[in-house]
Amino acid sequence: MNTYPWLTTIALLPLVGSVIVILTPKHNARLAKTAALAFSLLTLGAVIAMALNFDANSQEAFQFTESYAWIPTFGINFSFGVDGIALVLIALAATLVPVVILGGWDEGLESQGSVKGYFALILVLESLMVGVFAATDVFLFYVFFEAMLIPVYFMIGRYGGPQRSYAAVKFLIYSLVGGLFMLASLIGLYVVSAQITGTGTFDFTTLVGLDIDPDVQKLLFVGFFLAFAIKAPLWPFHTWLPDAAGQAQPGTSVLLIGVLDKVGTFGMIRYCLEIFPAASTFYAPAVISIAVIGIFYGAFVALKQTDLRRLFAYSSISHFGFIALGIFVFTSAGHTGSMVYMVAHGLSTAGLFIVAGYLMARRGGSAQLSSFGGVNKVAPVLAGFFLIAALSSLALPGMVSFIGEFLVLLGAFQQYMWLGAVATVGIVITAAYVLRVYQKSMTGPLNPDCEGMKDLNGREITALAPIALLIIVLGVSPAPLLNVINPAVDRVMTTVGASDPEVTIPILGESVTSEGGSE
Amino acid sequence: MNTFTAPEIDYVAISPILIVGIAALLSVLAETFLPRFLRRQIQLMLTFFSLIGAFIVLVINHDLRTITVGGAVAIDGPGVVLMGTILLLSLLSAFLMAERSLDSLGDAFAPSASALPGSADEREFSARGYFQTEVWTLFLFAVFGMLVFVVANDLLFMFVALEVMSLPLYLMVGMARRRRLLSQEASLKYFVLGAFSSAFFIFGAGLVYGFAGSISLPVIHDSLASTTSETLLIVIGMAMLLVGLFFKVGAVPFHQWTPDVYQGAPTPITAFMGATVKVAAFGAMMRLLYVAFSGIQWDWEVILWTVAILSMLVGSLIALTQSDVKRMLAYSAVAQSGFILVGVVAASPAGIAAVMFYLIAYGVVTVGTLAVISMVRDSSGEATHLSKWAGLGKKSPVLGAVMVIFMLSLAGIPLTSGFVIKFGVFAAAIAEGDAWLVIAAVIASIIAAFFYVRVIVVMFFSAPNEKTASVAIPSILTTITVAATATATLVLGIIPQPMLDLLSNAGIFIR
Repeated sequence: MNTYPWLTTIALLPLVGSVIVILTPKHNARLAKTAALAFSLLTLGAVIAMALNFDANSQEAFQFTESYAWIPTFGINFSFGVDGIALVLIALAATLVPVVILGGWDEGLESQGSVKGYFALILVLESLMVGVFAATDVFLFYVFFEAMLIPVYFMIGRYGGPQRSYAAVKFLIYSLVGGLFMLASLIGLYVVSAQITGTGTFDFTTLVGLDIDPDVQKLLFVGFFLAFAIKAPLWPFHTWLPDAAGQAQPGTSVLLIGVLDKVGTFGMIRYCLEIFPAASTFYAPAVISIAVIGIFYGAFVALKQTDLRRLFAYSSISHFGFIALGIFVFTSAGHTGSMVYMVAHGLSTAGLFIVAGYLMARRGGSAQLSSFGGVNKVAPVLAGFFLIAALSSLALPGMVSFIGEFLVLLGAFQQYMWLGAVATVGIVITAAYVLRVYQKSMTGPLNPDCEGMKDLNGREITALAPIALLIIVLGVSPAPLLNVINPAVDRVMTTVGASDPEVTIPILGESVTSEGGSE
Repeated sequence: MNTFTAPEIDYVAISPILIVGIAALLSVLAETFLPRFLRRQIQLMLTFFSLIGAFIVLVINHDLRTITVGGAVAIDGPGVVLMGTILLLSLLSAFLMAERSLDSLGDAFAPSASALPGSADEREFSARGYFQTEVWTLFLFAVFGMLVFVVANDLLFMFVALEVMSLPLYLMVGMARRRRLLSQEASLKYFVLGAFSSAFFIFGAGLVYGFAGSISLPVIHDSLASTTSETLLIVIGMAMLLVGLFFKVGAVPFHQWTPDVYQGAPTPITAFMGATVKVAAFGAMMRLLYVAFSGIQWDWEVILWTVAILSMLVGSLIALTQSDVKRMLAYSAVAQSGFILVGVVAASPAGIAAVMFYLIAYGVVTVGTLAVISMVRDSSGEATHLSKWAGLGKKSPVLGAVMVIFMLSLAGIPLTSGFVIKFGVFAAAIAEGDAWLVIAAVIASIIAAFFYVRVIVVMFFSAPNEKTASVAIPSILTTITVAATATATLVLGIIPQPMLDLLSNAGIFIR
């Protein structure tokens, strides 16, 4: 069953699609878009098929593994494989890409350059995102991690607001610096593996099994963590994000914040925690501190923003603080919460930015809060979707983000009571800025400029409906999600050598607190 | 009385060297007897046919392993690889030297290098539209010297090869058509310091002879192995030999000539020298250390460690402050020498393979980078100041993209050859227990990455202004060189395994 190269198929499908999109005739943008949508849906179908074959209770760390020799002399292989965490993130990416393509269908790219170029870049990016989550060779992961910069750089730099070039460069330079530190650590890791085993390797499972000296771990951890903290981004490495999100097309922002930035938090769980468990414990207080600062910093700055996209960017910085907090409290509740939070944040970000894109298209490209007001009177469906995405962002119970946030805070309380208490205050500020946005833009007296604003058409609703549906369905019954995530989280916890404080957590079933099976 | 017996010479084994040597001699005759209008064509034919011919012969006989010419020449795996590398890099450089479309005045060389700058003679030669062709003769002799240098198996042969390779280079450096005073100054500096370092080399050879009673590398090894007495004499001799070689590769503290020479020399000559001299000198250094002096590895390891760390750090740090592209490349060459030394320290089969890969890939990138530099011009000739490169990538995206490949490779970013070669030498050094050296090298790599990336940032992320240079349209010659080097850089970076296999099959230096 597992012999079919699922992951290679899924990684290659969008790439083939991008070539086909590029080959479409120049003046037939509609054909290019249709081809892009078709390939993204095909990829999504393949991901769903793979997910159905995924065995949540498997004893193997990774499933659907494939491995081909690449540079055997240096122990570099082209290895793919997924655990629950990677599977969920690949599924998130595959879900958001068609949504972005459909949502950005009429974003007026014609004035800025080649339309088919934009859609081809989206597909290239999807291919690389699958690669980065599926790689089980650390070197291969690094290559995908850096290669992702190229399509995103062009997506921001070519298609977007007047300052797009500056934003793209800032994004690129921040990421490159982070990448360089990671490269240095990567080489260091190879060195260590060569010293311990005699032959150097980049194979993830082998590296996890090494008993690396804690002092060396502390050094190597920093390189990886810096790259991930810039990518995620955590305070104080965040300043590129508002600029990028404020200038890029909403669709670009969805993929950038919704999926790409998750590579940072994914990397923290997969690489920082598992390969450098001792260093992770050592640095946990520092990381938790910047995470909590980030929660409040992002939320407070978001309160003051007047541009919808910058506001959502700062709110994301706040949310990334929550995710990092969950990762570094070292409880299964925290880890599971972070994972669910990543999915929830991806979905709500997609909702918010796509609605922002619809609003901008109706207001001549302005995303200023002051350009709107009373929109729910003229476009109730649009306002409704905005409300769902906004409430998901503030983690209303019944939505999937609530589960994530609740578990993260629970994890924090278990480990450090005072920390959980402080972080909880962050929720209140989140509620404040989210409701402020909704109130100012959607309710109140109708802004005269918004008169006659059209409500969503069929295409626009089709793009948003799956997002809204997933937010609510997963919020009401998160079991499928948790079943996939939990075994992977358990593995990470075992590797790190952390154990949960004795608290029963009903929502996680018994698998987490005791050795019994889940269900 | 002893009777003289002529040494046995395996003419097949040394045929690549002979081909280039004979071509060089013919080139002298051509220069002497042919009318001016024929010379260029004939010289070009001699050069290209001899280089390509020598390479083909080398490939046909690549399995030949022998010690010949009375023990003075050792044809072995690394020797064959190094000779092939020198031939290919010379060929690529020769394309650049033959280029005449970039400069409105003709090629890169002064019409009459012996005429005083600014004199009436010089103006007359220019006015008549003369081209000088002596540079090709010098070029062939330099290549000949390098080929001998990497297979020379005794100290005297090595010294003669060193001089045959160096003397033409000193002259060629002084032959730039534009900014002649700068070029001649560079030439003089290179000559004076080079002659000084040659003196060290021959003095060292004398001391080693005093110890071992022979100039043959294998005999030196044997006498070291059998001795029980004080080895101070030979350690000093070996150190002085190394000084001569460190000078050639531009390792700290013998690097002072590099920036002036890189900047002053005609760009095609900078490319030729920057790429091939490193191959020749590191090839000779490895043969010297591994064949003759493996008995005192403890002594030369310390020297190499020190010089490697100094070269990497000093080269990278000073390169950070440079504002001229060619000077920056010069300091980058110093740093790169340090990285190569990391592989030389390893002194293992893996280390030899890694160093050879480094020399090949680095040589290719060097030629490519300087080919790009030769195309970036304004009204006064080449525009090498970094400020004139602002926004160049936006004006000429293709050239910009090629330069990005080269800079990323020099910085050692994955998927370019630069990563593979750095990783190779690091891995080899680690395997021999030189972890701290590698840590220093990784730190230097991070520093170095900044100035390489800065070129990209200047080219792509600053707006073009009125000072921005333009890109001259090259002929097919430079185009071939740029395309070949860029392709090789990517291919060696993405699928390096065939080359790694080839080099590890080349084996070790024979004794």
